[in-house]
Amino acid sequence: MQQHTLNVLVQDHPGVLTRTVSLLRRRAYNIASLAVGHSETAGVSRMTVVVDATDATQVVRQLDGLIEVLAVHDLTASGAVQRETVLARIVAPGSRLAAVVTLALEDGARVLDVGGEAVILELTDTPERVEAFIGRLRPAGIAELRRTGTLAMTRGGQNADREASFQSQADGVAGDSDQ
Amino acid sequence: MTGATTRTGAQILCEALIREGVDLIFGIPGGAIMPFYHALWEYRDRLRHVLCRHEQGAGHAAEGYARASGRVGVCVATSGPGATNLVTAIADAWMDGTPLVAITGQVPSALIGTDAFQEVDITGITAPITKHNYLVTDPRTLPRVIAEAFHIARSGRPGPVLVDVTKDAQQATIEPEWDAPFDLPGYHPPVAPCEDAIRAAAAMLSHAERPLIIAGHGVIQSGATLELLAFAEHAHIPVVTTLHGLGAFPENNRLSLGMPGMHGWVHVNRAIQMCDVLLNIGSRFDDRVTGKASTFAPKAKVIHVDLDPAQIGKVVRTDVPVIGDARLALIALRGLVRPLETRAWLDEIRALEARHLPRQAYVRRERSAPLMPHDVYDAMNDAFRERSDWRVITDVGQHQMWAAQLLDWHRPRTHITSGGAGTMGFALPAALGAALATPDTTVWVVCGDGGFQMTNQEIATLCQEGVRNVKIAVINNGYLGMVRQWQELFLQRRYSETPLTGPDFALLAEAYGIRGTTVTHAENARRAIDDAWRHDGCALVDFRVEREANVFPIVPQGNSIGEMVVS
Repeated sequence: MQQHTLNVLVQDHPGVLTRTVSLLRRRAYNIASLAVGHSETAGVSRMTVVVDATDATQVVRQLDGLIEVLAVHDLTASGAVQRETVLARIVAPGSRLAAVVTLALEDGARVLDVGGEAVILELTDTPERVEAFIGRLRPAGIAELRRTGTLAMTRGGQNADREASFQSQADGVAGDSDQ
Repeated sequence: MTGATTRTGAQILCEALIREGVDLIFGIPGGAIMPFYHALWEYRDRLRHVLCRHEQGAGHAAEGYARASGRVGVCVATSGPGATNLVTAIADAWMDGTPLVAITGQVPSALIGTDAFQEVDITGITAPITKHNYLVTDPRTLPRVIAEAFHIARSGRPGPVLVDVTKDAQQATIEPEWDAPFDLPGYHPPVAPCEDAIRAAAAMLSHAERPLIIAGHGVIQSGATLELLAFAEHAHIPVVTTLHGLGAFPENNRLSLGMPGMHGWVHVNRAIQMCDVLLNIGSRFDDRVTGKASTFAPKAKVIHVDLDPAQIGKVVRTDVPVIGDARLALIALRGLVRPLETRAWLDEIRALEARHLPRQAYVRRERSAPLMPHDVYDAMNDAFRERSDWRVITDVGQHQMWAAQLLDWHRPRTHITSGGAGTMGFALPAALGAALATPDTTVWVVCGDGGFQMTNQEIATLCQEGVRNVKIAVINNGYLGMVRQWQELFLQRRYSETPLTGPDFALLAEAYGIRGTTVTHAENARRAIDDAWRHDGCALVDFRVEREANVFPIVPQGNSIGEMVVS
């Protein structure tokens, strides 16, 4: 099944993560990865959700229907910049550890910690290269793996999810005709 | 703080409801909502409270009130079981797009998360079945939250909103700030459809040779029935009305075809399968309408008018989506679509109708029982034709489908039922709400003996509140009839747990203090209905009908609506 990368801008309210994730669950979408954090605007958080779906039109509309969701964008076809960070703990005898570190440095990873017979490696790269990196580490034996989930951002000067409607709302202009 | 402008959270809650135009609420008090009820006493001349016998009843009553009046229904319950008992009604309102505000008490904020007595996470529980919900721990937010709740409940595709208020927030005294601005930057319910969409729809209709309109609940909710009539008559397009669309278009109009779907007439479903442009106004293409969606309306270009963008393309592929209000869309379309030449198309449909003799399953035969279900509906139609001040609330099951098929629907909000959720036990409490919303209208409950026994305790509420305009017709066949019918048709007649006994319903009615009668023969049906109608007070008629009568036609679940079992 295809994957879609969705950028979801939400009001920074308690429970908003639950509402968003629960909607995906009850509409039967599998979440491949999820990353959440504050955005450039106070009170607004941004989620990058990667869902397994052949067509994301419906899930975008469903998410947009949530009251606290400000904007949803499917970045899949936009060629957006995508990055994921992985931390890997490798435990091995010193001789094998040196080989692992060499391999990791070739891939652009950083060594965050070295102690006894273990290293912690960090790589931030495209999800595909992160996947390949993990594949190359596997033969050495990965003791622990942590991934952040994908972050995505459109290229160029445009902030894709700051639509006119949201902009006017954020600036304090009521958008509902019956208010 | 005890100045002239200070209020407790509970008082603010009452005043906020009054500011929204609420004058009637349904509920049951309990520990965590007691401060609200304490304050309510001071506002009782402006805010009438109806004490129900079960919170589910309070929820359905608020739904019935909303569906009959078009206003937002309000129900109130305490925390824990009080709140969970509302869940069925909230889910029902969610499925049927009924504007509802549910207010629940919550344990004091300091106890949240401690498994306190009567604590449940009702905002968590109802998140998937509400448009939105709130947990209020700070009384200063109450004016804004209540105003937002009503705005959300009634705008866009209407639906339920729950406001959970902690006991300490109800008790605290503050100076309320009224008219605080909404904090809803992500909520933009559409109103007028965009011109491009209307033009595309009009162009598509203008080239149609076999156009067809499906009218759903949205037509009634947006108050578009006159506009639908004007548009259909202007453009000469036949109209199909879904279960929730019954009453959106007069069935005695020459363009009216009837109800489609699982229990729709053969000619209606055939018309859908044959049409070349299908204009759906305010129906969400429920699976009970479409049958197997991939085979639905195979020859048609589909235009879908809906307030909710998420309904577009959810079930049926859509060629022209029109996001916006049904009434405005119909007015705009009427200005752009010229009258179409549809006489041959209509003749074709009417020939199909004549050929399939749609009511053949409901013909009295020699071996028929003394009282067939359709005898009751015939008698009701006779009685209804002589009067105009009535509405019918049906429950869920065989009696509901017979009512939809066999009664004549002409006016909006005269047919109220639980469609999407299919909630047995809906009708009687919903009738309580509808009767209070429109006291000059006679509200007929048509229900089965199964559904009746789920919520019949609300007869006590009818009596306590002095309601006199509810009349109850129990279509009593001693079975959970629709399940039994499926067992008969699809499960080798294994009547697993469907035979059902009950008390003497007429005696039960009398015990509650309303009039009760029993009818066992067709010739007595009409008189019993008239007597109940004329009786000054609520009345119940127990119609002991043929036990194993079936609803026909039927499209077996998962089949194309082109494949029907007729008898």
